[in-house]
Amino acid sequence: MSELALTFQPLIPEIVLVAGAMALLLLGVTRPETEREAERICWLALAVVGVALWRLLAQLPGTQLLFEGGLVVDDFARFMKILTLVGTAGALLLSFDYMRETRSLTFEYPVLVLLASAGMMMMISANDLIALYLGLELQSLALYVVAAIRRDDVRSSEAGLKYFVLGALSSGMLLYGASLIYGFTGSTSFAAIAQASKAAGAAQNIGLIIGLVFLLVGIAFKISAVPFHMWTPDVYEGAPTPVTNFLASAPKVAAVALFMRVSLSAFAGVAPQWQQVMSALAIASMGLGAFAAIGQRNIKRLLAYSAIGNVGYMLIGLAAASPEGARGTIIYLVVYVAMTLGAFACVLSMRRADGMVEEIDELSGLAQSNLAMASVLGLLMFSLAGLPPLAGFFAKFYVFVAAVKEGLWPLAIFGVLASVVGAYYYVRIVKIMFFDAPKERFLAVPAKAGLVMALTGLFVLLYVVWPAPLVSSADAAAKSLF
Amino acid sequence: MNATGFNILSLITFFPLAGALLIAAQNPVAKGNARWIALYTTLFTLGASLYLWANFDYANPGFQFVEEMEWLGASIRYKMGVDGISLLFIVLTAFLMPLCILASWHSIQDRVKEYMIAFLVLETLMLGVFGALDLILFYLFFEGGLIPMFLIIGVWGGKRRVYASFKFFLYTLLGSLLMLLAMMAMYWHAGTTDIAILLTHKFPREMQTWLWLAFFASFAVKLPMWPVHTWLPDAHVEAPTAGSVILAGILLKMGGYGFLRFSLPMFPLASQDFAPLIFALSVVAIIYTSLVALAQEDIKKLIAYSSVAHMGFVTMGVFSFSVQGVDGAIFQMLSHGLVSAALFLCVGIVYDRMHTREIDAYGGLVNRMPIYAFVFMVFTLANVGLPGTSGFIGEFLTLVGAFKANTWVAFLATTGLILSSAYALYLYRRMMFGPLEKRSLRAITDMNTREIVVFAPLVLLVVLFGFYPAPLLDVTAVSVKKLVSNYEASLKAQRADNGR
Repeated sequence: MSELALTFQPLIPEIVLVAGAMALLLLGVTRPETEREAERICWLALAVVGVALWRLLAQLPGTQLLFEGGLVVDDFARFMKILTLVGTAGALLLSFDYMRETRSLTFEYPVLVLLASAGMMMMISANDLIALYLGLELQSLALYVVAAIRRDDVRSSEAGLKYFVLGALSSGMLLYGASLIYGFTGSTSFAAIAQASKAAGAAQNIGLIIGLVFLLVGIAFKISAVPFHMWTPDVYEGAPTPVTNFLASAPKVAAVALFMRVSLSAFAGVAPQWQQVMSALAIASMGLGAFAAIGQRNIKRLLAYSAIGNVGYMLIGLAAASPEGARGTIIYLVVYVAMTLGAFACVLSMRRADGMVEEIDELSGLAQSNLAMASVLGLLMFSLAGLPPLAGFFAKFYVFVAAVKEGLWPLAIFGVLASVVGAYYYVRIVKIMFFDAPKERFLAVPAKAGLVMALTGLFVLLYVVWPAPLVSSADAAAKSLF
Repeated sequence: MNATGFNILSLITFFPLAGALLIAAQNPVAKGNARWIALYTTLFTLGASLYLWANFDYANPGFQFVEEMEWLGASIRYKMGVDGISLLFIVLTAFLMPLCILASWHSIQDRVKEYMIAFLVLETLMLGVFGALDLILFYLFFEGGLIPMFLIIGVWGGKRRVYASFKFFLYTLLGSLLMLLAMMAMYWHAGTTDIAILLTHKFPREMQTWLWLAFFASFAVKLPMWPVHTWLPDAHVEAPTAGSVILAGILLKMGGYGFLRFSLPMFPLASQDFAPLIFALSVVAIIYTSLVALAQEDIKKLIAYSSVAHMGFVTMGVFSFSVQGVDGAIFQMLSHGLVSAALFLCVGIVYDRMHTREIDAYGGLVNRMPIYAFVFMVFTLANVGLPGTSGFIGEFLTLVGAFKANTWVAFLATTGLILSSAYALYLYRRMMFGPLEKRSLRAITDMNTREIVVFAPLVLLVVLFGFYPAPLLDVTAVSVKKLVSNYEASLKAQRADNGR
């Protein structure tokens, strides 16, 4: 094989995604503008994701640096990319029924989703501030448009605009931080930054630390950590539900992965400096996620606050700044993606003859009208509340175990207290479904949503039986960051 | 190690789960099937647990029937086993479950399938608590039980079921999450979560204090001890009859079991430091909740408060650190498991007929229900601790243990015995004696065959263990002796360290 081919070998999944997106774009423009055609392109996009996933799974373990260190493909990157693609595939699969019913299915949607996931994969592999920014913007720009995909819907347009304005602000902060870091270290490469941060006196290097803080703030916007979460509930509520599902799953994975690589690899030398930032973000996110969700009546807003709270728990693992902590965050992400997909599959099945409903009260008595759906949603809620023996318990277990090892007691104790508060609103949904009197039935669950529900429900329930494979691969992924 | 040659503990633990799956796979309208499958499943589990008892080696103080498997990576393993302390709780759980299923036979008509599934899942989780030999595994079962119990109270409960189920759920969750953090700290300190190894691990004194407090937070809520007992009356009153039986019979015992399995042997120094606190709380529980019980108008609430008082004897016995006290605490828990379960079943009998639990709604029942009055009498007296019933042995032994440790505690606790006879006999008089004045009671029928079948074994065992407690005490003897001698040895080692 030629040298060029060898260089591009590890990037085949990304190339598949980008080439696929371009081809589908061309196909979409040349075909008549009907829903049938759009749905066909959706299926093709799903196939493209499948091929990318297949090439990704075929890659061998080990670390490769590409483009003079601009991108890195290691165990961590592969793990996170697989998770991102699974999240993307799930979100795509859940989209088309909804989009067809609301007459908003256009061929641009799957193309934009593909481009967004190409951006996410680049974020995950980024090993340089420039690559980081390019990946982040590719992802964000595609997502802004996707959030506003229902042009004629005021809420959707508002969500897209809000997302765009606040996202642009965060990108600006991130860029400002990146320029400071470049100015004070003389390089944009993570390897060079890592060396600079390990040098003696790095912690007193004000420019570097301020640049780091700005960089973290920029990424904190993307993962909607408190106090940079303001856009989340509105965007989640306003965007079409399948888009919300997508926003809540794959991009979170990519942004958290980016967070991990920047802090654990590039800024390992000044860990005590950013550990405080992470702890503060974690405590604020867990607290707000727990308390603000109590009063919500709209299930999408509730899930937005739940996502904020969950990010807080992920950050506990990051605040530990240890391989165990990174492992905890990775496992948390996996479980979180599964729970998010499952929960949104249920939200997308809340359909009546006169359209979708989003009020939590509409779930009343679901256990008597549709026990299977109520059981899955109930399991997911108990799992989100972190109750054993469900997968959500193990997610929390691994981040707390890391925090306890590093002696981060305030963080751990605040975390468990917040999770009791959080348990209240998760369990309230179970109460509404199981204890209350039944309301009018929903329409039958669509087959695709049913499939996602069944898979995520089984994952959450049966994870306890065979937890070792996920733990050991997350372990390997975490070690490649250190 | 394993006398039976196969993984009998896993079989006992997970057989009810298999029954639950079988019910889930049934045709949704076949209510009767669900009942029969649940009954057969629980009976088989009872049989297997008796087989376990029959093969138990009384002379071995260590863990028996041990099973080990890979689970959560290298140092957190799936490990099960029983010793003299845990064996009888497994048997008690397996024994009460078929009675619960029988008691719910006709009183539950709504969503029968789900009800039976919830109970069988709960049985698996309860059995797992007593069989687990790994901290994380223990926690999994301990906390997992919240899910089915929450649903049982909330779906099939009384008027204020939502309030009661949330209170139960959040109270217990808060306590046990602090315990989880303590378990993680133990894991990093000892490098393992294997209970058998942790029992011999020496934690530093400072650390013991914090760990003890975290475990105390969980077990005190679960037991429950005064002042964190307030969830119990609500949960008991609102739960369906079988739910109350399981709450009183098994779930409360998890707290006492936890003290014996973790607090006492793993944190002996902290246990000694905190013993006065426990004594104080126990005495308050015994006297105060007995007085509260006197004032109750609801039969179930009265029994619930009496449970709190009886659990006070358990904590007092455990923290007397003597063989008699600990033996008595275990015996008291087992006896209370039978007696309180039977009392709740008794309430269920009249509730099924009259749909009220107000004491004032009854009176003169003895005229119409002689068998019922007799059965209720037996359990009332056992609850009071009359010699010749199992209640007496437990209270007597715990008092003997407490007397050795602290005379005043024993003295004050004894007054609780007088109060308990006051509220129990007062209840009995108001419900049973006097003329049958209420019109609504004229048509009430006595116990039918199914109900007699439920109560016969309970009456028999309560009287049998009252006269001949040896079968139970023999099982616990060696393990308790080892527990107490290990405790004394570690205290002595500590004193020697201080002396240097």
